Amino acid sequence: MEKIKKGVRLEHISKIYQDPKTGKDFYAVRDTSLVIEPGSFVTLLGPSGCGKTTTLRMIAGFESPDEGEIYLGDEPINELTPNKRDTAMVFQSYALLPHYNVFDNVAYGLKLRKVPKEEIRERVMNILDLVELTGMEARMTNQLSGGQQQRVALARALVIEPSVLLFDEPLSNLDAKLRVSMRTEIRRIQQRVGITAIYVTHDQSEAMALSDQIIVMNKGVVAQMGTPQEIYYHPVDEFVADFIGEANFLKGTMVVREGEKVTLSIDGNPLVVDGRPDMQTGSQYTVVLRPEAASLADQGGMPCEVVLSCFMGSYQNYHVKVGDTLVKLEEHNPKNKRIYQVGEFCSLVFDPASVHVL
Amino acid sequence: MLKRRNITIPFYMDPWFWVKLMVFVIFALFLVWPFSSIIINAFKSSKVDGFTMANFEKFFRKKYYYGALKNSVGISVVPSLFAIVLGVPMAYLMTRYNVWGKKIWHVLAILSLMSPPFLGAYAWIMLFGRAGSVTTYLKGLGITIPTIYGFGGISTVLTLKLYPYIYMYTSGAMESIDSSLEECAENLGSGKLRRFLTVTMPVVTPSITAGALVVFMSALADFGTPMLLGGQDFRTLPVLIYNEYLSEIGGNGNLASAISIIIVIITLVMLLVQKTYVNRRNYIMSALRPPKEIEVHGFKRFLVTLPVFLISFISFLPQIVVCASSFQHTNYSSFTGGFTFENYQNLGSRLWSSMSNTFTYSLTAMVFIVVIGILMSYVIVRKKGKTGGLLDMLLMAPYVIPGSVLGLCYIVTFNVKPLVLTGTAAIIIISYVIRKLPYTVRSASAFLMQMDPSVEEASINLGVTPMKTFWKVTARLMLPGVFSGAILSWVTCINELSCSIMLSSGKNNTLTIEAYTNIVRNSVGSGAALSAILTVTSALILIICLKISKGKIRV
Repeated sequence: MEKIKKGVRLEHISKIYQDPKTGKDFYAVRDTSLVIEPGSFVTLLGPSGCGKTTTLRMIAGFESPDEGEIYLGDEPINELTPNKRDTAMVFQSYALLPHYNVFDNVAYGLKLRKVPKEEIRERVMNILDLVELTGMEARMTNQLSGGQQQRVALARALVIEPSVLLFDEPLSNLDAKLRVSMRTEIRRIQQRVGITAIYVTHDQSEAMALSDQIIVMNKGVVAQMGTPQEIYYHPVDEFVADFIGEANFLKGTMVVREGEKVTLSIDGNPLVVDGRPDMQTGSQYTVVLRPEAASLADQGGMPCEVVLSCFMGSYQNYHVKVGDTLVKLEEHNPKNKRIYQVGEFCSLVFDPASVHVL
Repeated sequence: MLKRRNITIPFYMDPWFWVKLMVFVIFALFLVWPFSSIIINAFKSSKVDGFTMANFEKFFRKKYYYGALKNSVGISVVPSLFAIVLGVPMAYLMTRYNVWGKKIWHVLAILSLMSPPFLGAYAWIMLFGRAGSVTTYLKGLGITIPTIYGFGGISTVLTLKLYPYIYMYTSGAMESIDSSLEECAENLGSGKLRRFLTVTMPVVTPSITAGALVVFMSALADFGTPMLLGGQDFRTLPVLIYNEYLSEIGGNGNLASAISIIIVIITLVMLLVQKTYVNRRNYIMSALRPPKEIEVHGFKRFLVTLPVFLISFISFLPQIVVCASSFQHTNYSSFTGGFTFENYQNLGSRLWSSMSNTFTYSLTAMVFIVVIGILMSYVIVRKKGKTGGLLDMLLMAPYVIPGSVLGLCYIVTFNVKPLVLTGTAAIIIISYVIRKLPYTVRSASAFLMQMDPSVEEASINLGVTPMKTFWKVTARLMLPGVFSGAILSWVTCINELSCSIMLSSGKNNTLTIEAYTNIVRNSVGSGAALSAILTVTSALILIICLKISKGKIRV
């Protein structure tokens, strides 16, 4: 696979749909610009209806953008029909050809490219080896398990050596365990081949496990793009913070600034955190606190009341009330720790360095 | 308003544009234009210039005409109701109990539905007619039975032939009721009968009315049955159209056109009534857990089987009677018993010419039906656009326009320049294509709707052009749906009478027309032999098709 790696660039892309009920037009994707680096694994993540699949389908050419331009490498591809684009897609439903066996499914794209027979055989066998389906080539697709069908779909997309590999929620039809092992597999194969991959999902843990970069989308626009760590630890707004993992939002007023540090008053409790230069004394700010970053103690933090205490195996799940704000937290490895019961008054403690001010 | 970018490819580069255009041209030429000409024709008269209501006035003034309207409505409404009485219980028993010989009764129902249009009437005449075997036998014992000619006989024959529509529509709906719905009713303390009346029936009612509508339309359009059983006194609208057209030969069929308009209006009204009714009660069901078959044993099992057996056996009886009689000696116009092949031997060359006509026409029509059917169902399901709805509507037209009306349309339109087609084989084939295409399109579209569109997208995505993808993947995968629809189209083509009898010029007679003419001319031996050949041919095709498609035929 000695091919020049290509990236994908979207410039001010919009897609307009008509609401079938009201007949009104709305933006499915609005003025979106993205740069996807060659060879990277990028995930489009968001709730359903956020425009992630539409974006992917525009890159594949199944939808054409109403505004803006899409580039594959440096070449604008808006005018190219899907069959002329150098992309290959792995579909949610796998979309295997039910009247062909595994070999013919994988060979399908090559045959229509008039690749010589021996070469087809060699390339298909190599790919089947890569996805660990050697020996299955004569099976019909309905004789395969979900995970195997998924591998065939992946092999079929890889074998034509596209510049970009597109995934449309490929694991959503698999059971939970298989989903986890397949995503490791997809990541392994993508890194082996070194291909640019764009992956659509609504499952944040999948996005975390797979991606070099995550693009969080909401209501047709990009909310944030960054590495999984950036997105998790430094979300730009409440939507991103809430969508990626669990998040608690503590509202507080800034009281004083001392160099880098600022002090916020949360329900009367002072909290000293790393501040941003634009923060104003007297303004309201929201602090993101992840459930695993906090724990309960008899004293020393913010006073709170336990409203839910639930044993989850690897952690004890608490909901506590700090003033009027509900805070969820996870006390990991709870075996030898003191368990607080519902109705108890105690103290919410956390390392100020682990919170993030929006 | 948001601004959209214009589509980048010009319309003439899109192959589907040409497909749509082709379909519209075909329908415009062979449906819209002919039908418009008889609308115009209906408001014309040889006696006055310009437009006139004279034909309609004549129709509603003379009892000869408006009586036929009453008769037609009667023999459509009554069979619809009785078909519900037969079809709904049969559907219930067949879907809920382990009835003995389930598959056989199902096949018999389909066979009765797909039998030649005059067969039921003919068999009933053989048994209970003026010189029928049962009538003669009972007369010897001094018993006279009520006449089968007229309203009662026609209604009985049509009920027995058409009840399978109700059975099939209803059992389809009963199979898709989620069993938890009925369990819930039971759980809330509802008894079996009450559960059936308050839960099961309301949910399947839309399907029953859909079936009843098809029965109504088929009965209203039926030509063979009232022709044989109506005699001189009981005429229906399709019979009138045929008679008027015969007596107006050389004329322009003004009155026949007016009658045609009236019959189409009746169908349209019924269609609208049914649609409005169903629109208010649309229960979409997808059975997560389809209802389980109840296992009964011994006498109980006999009890649930008996009604099903009686219904399907009696409706299948005509086919047995006709086939058996075809081996009897005849004496001019009556059967005299014994066993012989002479009825078949006497057919001679007429058999071969009508047989070859039947197969040439129906198979030629099939080629067009399959190709147009595949393309059209794809356009309707996947490329709907602005014109898809119109296509869907055009496809309903052949259900609404009875065969004899379409026959008249063609005679009126294609008898004069610019397109003279009357008396040719082509016009019969065209009428087959237009009238029987919907079976194939409906079946293929239903199949296509279940198909995952991403299979096509995957192929295009792998670099195969959309057109090549269509033929290599989509059309290939649609074949089972196309096949089962096409078989129905084919069998109904073979048995088509009402339209082709008006379009045939004698040398173009098909098996069905030949059989029917022989029966009307009272040459009972040839009539029975030809009907038997027709019945067996249709049955064989259907049974082979059922075997291949594993019983999945949607009527």
